[in-house]
Amino acid sequence: MSDPTTVGAAELRERIARRELSSVEATRAYLDRIARRDGRLHAFLHVDEEGALARAAAIDAALARGEAPGPLAGVPVALKDIFVTRGIPTTCGSRILAGWVPPYDGTAATRLRAAGAVLLGKLNMDEFAMGSSNENSAFGPTRNPWDLQRVPGGSSGGSAAAVAASLCALALGTDTGGSIRQPASLCGVVGIKPTYGRVSRYGVIAFASSLDQVGPLGRGVADCALALEVIAGHDPRDATSLPAPVPRYRDAAGRGVRGLRVGVPTEYFGAGLDPEVAAAVTAAIESLRAAGAAVVSVSLPHTEYAIAAYYLICTAEASSNLARYDGVRYGLRVERPTLQGTYRATRAAGFGPEVKRRIMLGTYALRAGYYDEYYRKAQCVRTLVREDFRRAFERCDLLATPTSPLPAFRLGEKVADPLAMYLCDAYTTSCNLAGLPGMSLPCGFTAAGLPVGLQLLGRPLEEETIFRAAFAYEAAAPGSARRPPDPDALTGAAGAAGTAGAAPAATAAEPT
Amino acid sequence: MTPPVVYEAVIGLEVHAQLLTRSKIFSGSSTEFGAPPNTHVDPVCLGLPGVLPVLNRAAVDCALRLALATGCTVRRRTRFARKHYFYPDLPKGYQISQYEEPIAEHGAVDFEVGGQARRGRLRRIHLEEDAGKNVHRGTTSLVDFNRAGVPLVEIVSEPDLRSADEAAGFMRTLRQLVRWLGICDGNLEEGSLRCDANVSLRPRGRAEYGVKTELKNINSFKFVRDAVAHEIARQEAVLRDGAAVVAETRLWDADRGRSAAMRSKEEAHDYRYFPEPDLPPLVIDEAWLAAAQGQLPDLPSARCARFVADYGLPPGDAATLTAERDLSDYFEAAACAHGDGRTVAHWVLGEVLRALKRTGAAATAAPVGPLQLAGLCDLVRDGTISGKIAKEVFAHMVTTGRGAGAVVAELGLARLSDPAALEAACRAAVAGNPRQVAQYRAGKTKVLGFFVGEVMKATRGQADPAVVNDILRRLLDAP
Repeated sequence: MSDPTTVGAAELRERIARRELSSVEATRAYLDRIARRDGRLHAFLHVDEEGALARAAAIDAALARGEAPGPLAGVPVALKDIFVTRGIPTTCGSRILAGWVPPYDGTAATRLRAAGAVLLGKLNMDEFAMGSSNENSAFGPTRNPWDLQRVPGGSSGGSAAAVAASLCALALGTDTGGSIRQPASLCGVVGIKPTYGRVSRYGVIAFASSLDQVGPLGRGVADCALALEVIAGHDPRDATSLPAPVPRYRDAAGRGVRGLRVGVPTEYFGAGLDPEVAAAVTAAIESLRAAGAAVVSVSLPHTEYAIAAYYLICTAEASSNLARYDGVRYGLRVERPTLQGTYRATRAAGFGPEVKRRIMLGTYALRAGYYDEYYRKAQCVRTLVREDFRRAFERCDLLATPTSPLPAFRLGEKVADPLAMYLCDAYTTSCNLAGLPGMSLPCGFTAAGLPVGLQLLGRPLEEETIFRAAFAYEAAAPGSARRPPDPDALTGAAGAAGTAGAAPAATAAEPT
Repeated sequence: MTPPVVYEAVIGLEVHAQLLTRSKIFSGSSTEFGAPPNTHVDPVCLGLPGVLPVLNRAAVDCALRLALATGCTVRRRTRFARKHYFYPDLPKGYQISQYEEPIAEHGAVDFEVGGQARRGRLRRIHLEEDAGKNVHRGTTSLVDFNRAGVPLVEIVSEPDLRSADEAAGFMRTLRQLVRWLGICDGNLEEGSLRCDANVSLRPRGRAEYGVKTELKNINSFKFVRDAVAHEIARQEAVLRDGAAVVAETRLWDADRGRSAAMRSKEEAHDYRYFPEPDLPPLVIDEAWLAAAQGQLPDLPSARCARFVADYGLPPGDAATLTAERDLSDYFEAAACAHGDGRTVAHWVLGEVLRALKRTGAAATAAPVGPLQLAGLCDLVRDGTISGKIAKEVFAHMVTTGRGAGAVVAELGLARLSDPAALEAACRAAVAGNPRQVAQYRAGKTKVLGFFVGEVMKATRGQADPAVVNDILRRLLDAP
C-alpha cells in the first residue's frame, strides 16, 4: 500500500486488522520518518526502536495466528514523557528525572498496550507540564511543523507536533490548563481533554492533581474517539477516577448536529483575541449552524478570574507534588556534605526556572496564615466558574470558543514575560477548573498558514456530544485539517509554510 | 511574707498507634514488622512519580472502633490533607494526614490513678500514614521504607492530665483499649504505640496555661512517667529561678534520665497543609457506622464491672482479668463452663497466669485451655480429686496437653473414698503409733488429726478425709 504514515490511527488499525499491511511495516515507516524529520522538530525525547519493532512483530504474529485484533492493534503511538513507562526512560521534560527508568507502567500505558498499540517512544514537553510553548523543556524546545520558527504550544507540544508531522499515528498528552487543546490548536490536530476523572491518572506524573487529565491527540476526530474508548474508564488505582461506563464515541459520527444548541460565550471573544483566529472560529460556528445546530449567545461572567484562580491552585498543588524530587531515591542527586545542602543543590540543578517559579508561588500561597487568602479563595472562584458553566449549560448543549487567543507564536517571543505566556491559557483553564470535557479541532488557517483551533466544551461526562459536533464539523469542512509541509522543505523563515507544497489558500473562510 | 507559689502541671498527650491492618493505608504492601529492609514496598508507598493513594477501608474500620469506644463524635464526611516537610524517610515530601477534618473528635479515656477515677478528654483522633525509618551507620544513613505507609491513628488528648502518674495512667488505659479493640498491638518498644507529651506549668488556681514544651522519644511506660516528672521538675526550677520556660521540642534521653532541646518554636515547620486532591472526601454513611458499632466488643471497664456483678469477683481480681481481652475471654469461657466464677478466677489468676508467663504463650493459645480448666474445677467440686491434687493434675495438663480426667486416670490420682480400700491404711496407722493411741484413749481426741495425717501421707493425699475420719474414729473408739 501507499505510505502508511498518511492515515490516522483509526484507518491504520483497520488496514492492519485486515492485514493489508503489517504492524512492522507501519512501525518501520514511522521510525524512518522520525529518523528523517525529528532532528529539526525535536518532538521525541526517546525513541524505542527495538521495543517498537519487537512489539509490532508480536502483534503481527498474533494476527497471523488468527487472534482477534485489539482496538489499536499494531498502531504506532507515542506518549508524552509525563506517562510512566516500565523500562523506558521517563523524564517529564526535567533534568531532575534524567536517567530514571520506571519500574512500573501507568494505567494509560497498560491500556494502550492491552489494546495492541505499539509504543514508538516518549514525546517532548514543557518541564513537568508547566508551560504553553514547549520552551520549558529541559532538553530543548519542540518546533511547530507548520513553521519551524514557531512554538508548537504546550505543554503537550511534542505530542501535537508529532501527530501533526505524522511521526506517530496517535499520541497521548495531559491537560492541566489547556496543555492538550492549546498545542492541538497551534499544530492543527484534534485533541480532547476528557472530564476530570474520566481517564485514570495512575502513572501520570502529577503537576496539579485536581486539574490534570489525560487525553489523546490525533489527526482526525475518529482517531481521538477510538483512543479515548481505549483509555477511559474507572481504575481502582485512581480514587478520583469515575465509575461511569464508557460509550463508543465513534458511534457519534454521522449523527449530525441537528437539534444541538451551541452556546457562544461572549467573554471568549473580547480583547486579546487575534482577529484572524476570531474570524476562523466564527466561521466554524457558522458552519455548525449551517449543519443544523442552533447557536445561542451565553455568558460566563467569572471568566476573567479563572486565570488567577487557576495559577494559584496549580502552583500550590505543584509545589506539593514536586516535593518528592529530593535526590534521595531516584533521579538526579547533587551530593553535598549535609542533607539540607544535598536537597538544595539537587533541586537547584534539577529544576528549570519556570518550575522553580511555580514552586515558589505555590509554596507562598500555602504558607500558614495565607491559605485562606489564596488557596481557599481560589477554590471559591473555582466554584463560581463551575456554577457559570452549569447555568450556561441550561441553555445549550455545548460551548464553542477559540482554543487559543493567538496562533503559534515565535520561539522566544514570550519567554521573558511569564504573564503574557500565562494569558495563552485564557480560554482553556476554566474548563479544567470546572472539570469539564473540552476538545480542540482544526478550523482553518491564518493568512500566514498557521492553524487555528475551535474549542468545544461539554457538560461533565458528555464527551459524546462533543464528538458528535466534532464529527459533523469535520465532515462539513474537510479541508480544515491538512498535513503540514515536510520540515526538510521548510526554509525555517517566517511564512515559509506558504512556499511549501500545501498552499495556504485555506484561510479563516475555508470551513464555510 | 507571701507563701511560695505552688505550681500545677498541665499535660496533654499525642499518641500514635499503628493499626493492625494487613496492608498499608494507601497501597497493597504488607505491614508486617521486622522484615528485611525495603522488602514491603511498592511504587505507591515509595512515592515514585505518577503514583496515587487509594484508601484502605480496614484502616478506617480501626479508627471507627477506637472513636466509638472512646465516645467520640464521628465526622461523617472527612478529608485527608497533605502535611509537608522534607526528610529522607518521607518519600513524597509530605505525609497524608488529616488536619481540619479529623475522623473523630470530643471523646474521653477514663482511667484510675491510685484508686481515684480520672478522665482524660480526647480532642481528636485522625488517620495518617507512617513514615519510613532512617538507619544510621557511621557516616552513612540508609532508609528503610517498610514502615512507610503503615496506617496510624493519632490520638490527641486535651490538657487534662496533672501529674506524671496521670500521664502514665492515661497511657496505660489507652494501650489496654487499643489492644482490647484489636486495632494496635500496643508495643511501645517496637514503636507501634508512640507518645509525645506537651507539658506546661502554671501557678495553682490560675486559668491560663503556661508556656509548654513538647517531649518526644518516649518509648516505654516508665519513660512516660520519668520524662514527664523530669520535665515538670525542670520547668519548676526554671520558674523558681525567675526565668521563663522556652517553647520548644525536647528529646527524652532515657539513658541519662534527662531531656535536651531539639528545636525551638521559631524553627518549627510550616507544614503548608492543604486538602489532599488525590483522595475524594471520605464519607462514612449510616451503614458503615452501624457495622462498626456492631463489631465493637464490650469494653474493659464494662466487662470488669460485669465480672464483679455476675461472678462476685473482688474488683481488683476483675480488673486483672480484664487487663487483656484474651485473658478475660479465657476466664469467661472457663467460668461459663464450670459455673463458679470465683473458683475459676482463683485458678486463672494463679496457675494459669503463671503457666502463661512461664511458657510465653498467649491466653488464646494457653497450654491448658479454658474448657480443660473448667473440667479440672469440675473434678474438684465433685470430690474426684482434692484441691491439692488438682495443682499436680494442672501441672501434668500443662506438660502433656491432656484433659484433667485423662491425667487423673492415668496417674491414678482419683480420691480414695472406698472404706474397704482405706481400712488397711487406717489400721496400719493405728497399729504403728501405740503412744498416740494411748493419748487418744486417755481423752486427748485432738490426736485424731495426727492419724488422719498419717493416712493421707500413706495415700499420697488421695484419701477422702471424711471417710478416713469415720474409720479412724471407729478403730480408736473400739475398746
